[in-house]
Amino acid sequence: MSAHDHDTHAGTHGTMGSYMIGFGLSLLLTAIPFWLVMDKTFANPQVTAFIIMGFAVVQIVVHMIYFLHMNTRSEGGWSMMALIFTLVLVVITLSGSMWVMYHLNANMMPHMEHDMSQMP
Amino acid sequence: MSPHPASENSGIWKLIFGRLDWSSLPLHEPIVVGTFLMVALGGAVVLGLVTKYRLWGTLWHDWFTTVDHKRIGIMYMILGLIMFLRGFADAIMMRLQQAMAFNGSEGYLNAHHYDQIFTAHGVIMIFFVAMPMITGIMNYIVPLQIGARDVSFPFLNNFSFWMTTAGAVIVMMSLFVGEFARTGWLAYPPLSGIAYSPGVGVDYYIWGLQIAGIGTLLSGVNLVATIVKMRAPGMTMMKLPIFTWTSLCANVLIVAAFPVLTAVLALLSLDRYVGTAFFTNDMGGNPMMYVNLIWIWGHPEVYILILPLFGVFSEVTSTFSSKRLFGYSSMVYATIVIALLSYLVWLHHFFTMGSGASVNSFFGITTMVISIPTGAKLFNWLFTMYRGRIRYELPMMWTVAFMLTFTVGGMTGVLLAVPPADFVLHNSLFLIAHFHNVIIGGVLFGLFAAINYWWPKAFGFRLETTWGKRSFWLWVVGFWVAFMPLYVLGLMGVTRRMRVFDDPSLQIWFQIAALGAVMIAAGIACMFIQFAVSIKNRAALRDTTGDPWDGRTLEWATSSPPPDYNFAFTPVIHDGDAWADMKKRGYQRPLIGYAAIHMPSNTGTGVIIAGLSVAFSVGMIWYMWWLAGLSFLAILAVAIGHTFNYKRDFTIPKDVVERIEGERSTLLAAKG
Repeated sequence: MSAHDHDTHAGTHGTMGSYMIGFGLSLLLTAIPFWLVMDKTFANPQVTAFIIMGFAVVQIVVHMIYFLHMNTRSEGGWSMMALIFTLVLVVITLSGSMWVMYHLNANMMPHMEHDMSQMP
Repeated sequence: MSPHPASENSGIWKLIFGRLDWSSLPLHEPIVVGTFLMVALGGAVVLGLVTKYRLWGTLWHDWFTTVDHKRIGIMYMILGLIMFLRGFADAIMMRLQQAMAFNGSEGYLNAHHYDQIFTAHGVIMIFFVAMPMITGIMNYIVPLQIGARDVSFPFLNNFSFWMTTAGAVIVMMSLFVGEFARTGWLAYPPLSGIAYSPGVGVDYYIWGLQIAGIGTLLSGVNLVATIVKMRAPGMTMMKLPIFTWTSLCANVLIVAAFPVLTAVLALLSLDRYVGTAFFTNDMGGNPMMYVNLIWIWGHPEVYILILPLFGVFSEVTSTFSSKRLFGYSSMVYATIVIALLSYLVWLHHFFTMGSGASVNSFFGITTMVISIPTGAKLFNWLFTMYRGRIRYELPMMWTVAFMLTFTVGGMTGVLLAVPPADFVLHNSLFLIAHFHNVIIGGVLFGLFAAINYWWPKAFGFRLETTWGKRSFWLWVVGFWVAFMPLYVLGLMGVTRRMRVFDDPSLQIWFQIAALGAVMIAAGIACMFIQFAVSIKNRAALRDTTGDPWDGRTLEWATSSPPPDYNFAFTPVIHDGDAWADMKKRGYQRPLIGYAAIHMPSNTGTGVIIAGLSVAFSVGMIWYMWWLAGLSFLAILAVAIGHTFNYKRDFTIPKDVVERIEGERSTLLAAKG
């Protein structure tokens, strides 16, 4: 049905080179966190967890650029807008839930709060 | 499901039938048995008639397997109307029970049955009445309004419909085999956990919603893609008809919110099936997280329901005031702002859970802020009517009733948004009255406006007005009589979901509410009589022009009902109210130069996968693991098989298009 409706697919296909860069970066971004865990580089596991999460976020960006071919112009700007909208919602959901749950735990589960702080 | 599984069940029985045994059939509930007999009798009559008139072929080839957005839209509406009868039956049973159960009387429903009824009422009305009906309207109207031949993914559309239907089938099945959840419509744990709800009720709930949720999500993706990618040339975003705009926002909300519901129900399933502890009281689980997550879906859901109807009211007000909509761009921005703000208010559903003053104030304020864009919309409708030449046809009557009713509901909502007030009113009948006030006054009245407005487009004849007006007055008056007493009772502190009452002074209010429910029942009856009378008198009510209301948007540019391909030529858009603009500029329908039209083919894959999903769910619900496993494999096989289906499209030849358009020319000429 819609094959003829829209035409601009400029930049939707990467080159061999761009795929290889993406692949290399993905491997690297997977290998480093793996090594951080195996080698126990940081004494505090919480530090390791946060660093891994940082790597995960970078990994998402790499996938979006090299594999999903997203940039500010693709699909007439719609992908970028959808991405921003998604980010706004994800930030609202995550930060809001953490804020709400922190207060709920503090107010409603005073004993548990203490226990939770001891958890890894 | 009996709480005491029959011990004589042998191992082989368990292997084959899982938890299912004879005690699962509710033979001890005369009401359910009676209902079953009536449904079975009615079903047999329908099946017999279909066979007698040899309609199976038509049903299968023209309807079940269709990928035409118009037919799918109509099927969504039929599904919604059927489920509406079930949901309303639950409602009137509750009203009757509450009006009776005073002075030591237990009423006529036992607690086990009553708890299922209020749960089923909520689940069915939201997921299987409101959602299918708004999806149906959007499916039918959006492609026509943007001048497209179909939606972006026609097969996906058929598949979405059948998944929604499969969810409805699963929920209906629970009435006769086993039981439904007794947890309230959102199934809060720990009550919905395996420890407190060991039966099949919550599993019916989970799988019904998960299967239907796939359909809702995919249809959301489909409509977003359609609106973004398939608009007619010249139709920029700010020339989009307002109903399409509100549909776009609603579908974006669907795509963003429904995965949260899917995830939270999946976590609850893990708790129930494999013994994880996400939402349990012990082992570090936290039931409050479920409440938090489900309302992150639940609040946007409320706006998913109302936004498309705001669009309907805008179209109706503008058409029947014979005026361009007042403040089009403010309407668009108000819609977008409502869509965004709907993500910032979820905590107002659980102010009383104890987040404390800072959190509650934030969410109380964001909730009140939403009333600003909503109020702006209301003033836009009023200013559209101001100095317009208003025609009080049925759609306009429903719109005016909406404005009056919804405003009251909105104001009680702002009352509830004040956290200290909510501590008094939370979980009371005041809340029940509030959300019925906005959902009936907004969503249902909007759907009735939409049905009366677009019926001639879908079927080629108008709905007659006498029975329509009877239905309207019974509904509107019945609504006020049924729900105002609940406000009063709520202010007096009566909580929701009660089965029996001690205080005899309350009874009169419940009796008034029951009277209101009876009036609504009469209104529903009048509506179905209106449909029947209109179908009978369709020759007299025929619309030959395709534009019975002097409409302003593109769907009125084509015939009623539209041909399979919607538009022989893709329209070119110069102005916001495209059809009004074309009429003003003396548009002549092109009579020559037709070309062959490329169309998608029908496929039965959607029906088959949905049927297998029902089998899968039955397997999961009753612990018939072999059935679940086999049907899951079959779903994968059919889905993969479908990717090898290359007979996806066909072409309507030029001479067929010429014949269809020629018939239309004859009709238009005959009208003079």
